Amino acid sequence: MLDVFLTILNRDLKLAYRRWSEFANPLLFFVIVTSLFPLALSPGQALLQTIGTGVLWVGALLSSLLALEGLFRGDFDDGSMEQILLSPAPFGIVVIAKIAAHWVVSGIPLIVLVPVVALSFQLPTEALATLAAALLLATPTLSVLSAIGAALTVSLKSGGSIIGLLVLPLCSPMLIFGTRATDLAANGEPVAAPLYLLAALAVFAVSLGPLAVAAALRVGLE
Amino acid sequence: MSDEHAGLVADRLGVSRGGRLLIDGLSFELEAGQAALITGPNGSGKTSLLRVLAGLAPPAAGSVTWAATEVRRLAPESRAEIAYRGHLNGLKKDLTVRENLEFHRSLNCSEAPIEELAGTLGLAAVAGQRLRYLSAGQRRRAGLATLKLGAARLWLLDEPLTNLDIAGRRLVAQWIDEHLDTGGMAAIASHQPDQLAGGGSLSIEL
Repeated sequence: MLDVFLTILNRDLKLAYRRWSEFANPLLFFVIVTSLFPLALSPGQALLQTIGTGVLWVGALLSSLLALEGLFRGDFDDGSMEQILLSPAPFGIVVIAKIAAHWVVSGIPLIVLVPVVALSFQLPTEALATLAAALLLATPTLSVLSAIGAALTVSLKSGGSIIGLLVLPLCSPMLIFGTRATDLAANGEPVAAPLYLLAALAVFAVSLGPLAVAAALRVGLE
Repeated sequence: MSDEHAGLVADRLGVSRGGRLLIDGLSFELEAGQAALITGPNGSGKTSLLRVLAGLAPPAAGSVTWAATEVRRLAPESRAEIAYRGHLNGLKKDLTVRENLEFHRSLNCSEAPIEELAGTLGLAAVAGQRLRYLSAGQRRRAGLATLKLGAARLWLLDEPLTNLDIAGRRLVAQWIDEHLDTGGMAAIASHQPDQLAGGGSLSIEL
């Protein structure tokens, strides 16, 4: 089982490395969108601090949608998915490995990038560690929810816009607890509660999500 | 039909695509060393039939069993006995030929020598190249090479000769004959059945 996991993970990371622009574009998009807000609004410190957290989280969420369609599309279009499904490899493990690879190339860069961009919103430095921790807990959930959206739309010719409609509403609990944790940290208050809730969401998504993804992909291949 | 049948059994099979019934009441059995050649005009349901036989799509009616088990409910180890190669090669364009074959090899828990296989298929010189830069025929060869990376007893091949040159066709025909001689089975959809002569073949005309 570990063999299958590593084989798929290794392959997907290699492919991501060879088509790195697909994953770099969403990150650039995130940087650009978030830097448009200070330009469009008055760049006062108080206002930036107030809207900063919300802008960062929504920006991260929207930018992650950009890399999402390719999650299963490539394997679907070139027949790899059929071959994987028909192979003796346990399909659930394959799905988990693909989601993990997606998290490595789209989630981890966000965990690093968002706190850096947060500096331009004058977020207090004490909040940055909490922001990174909240992202560490939120991005796996985001990857799983993205995978569900991508799997459900994989047999459609252009699933792009529908994925957003499917995934974004499901992300709202994550957004609420993520911004809440960041705000509490900025005000120097205890942040344990929203972080625990984010962790609970992550456990829920990671344990049950792959089943939904595998089922959706099977239906998509019929 | 006996329950003990070790091969492929299609029983009053119905196959539909997009809600339209293409095949109805098709029954046949494949035993060790037998091949079924599936012929028929475009749109007659050859691909849909093979996908149902592979268990990728559910039959509209009837059943497909492999070693007396419903083909969509096979355990992983019996699953590995069936190989399906369709119109799509199932290879990644951004991996090299060697990397693609290595991936399929580990997916199928096989230990087959890859360099030798690439040599047999005339792909030795391009083994280090990404598939993106190969011709359609070379990609087809690489796709069919993966057949040798598993221990499948039943080959389900959809137009295996497409894009292949004469030598490639001959090689595929030879592989199929060897496969049948060693107790394998095959169901092959093709527009060139005469190039795939196999002893004791079953002919299914749609």
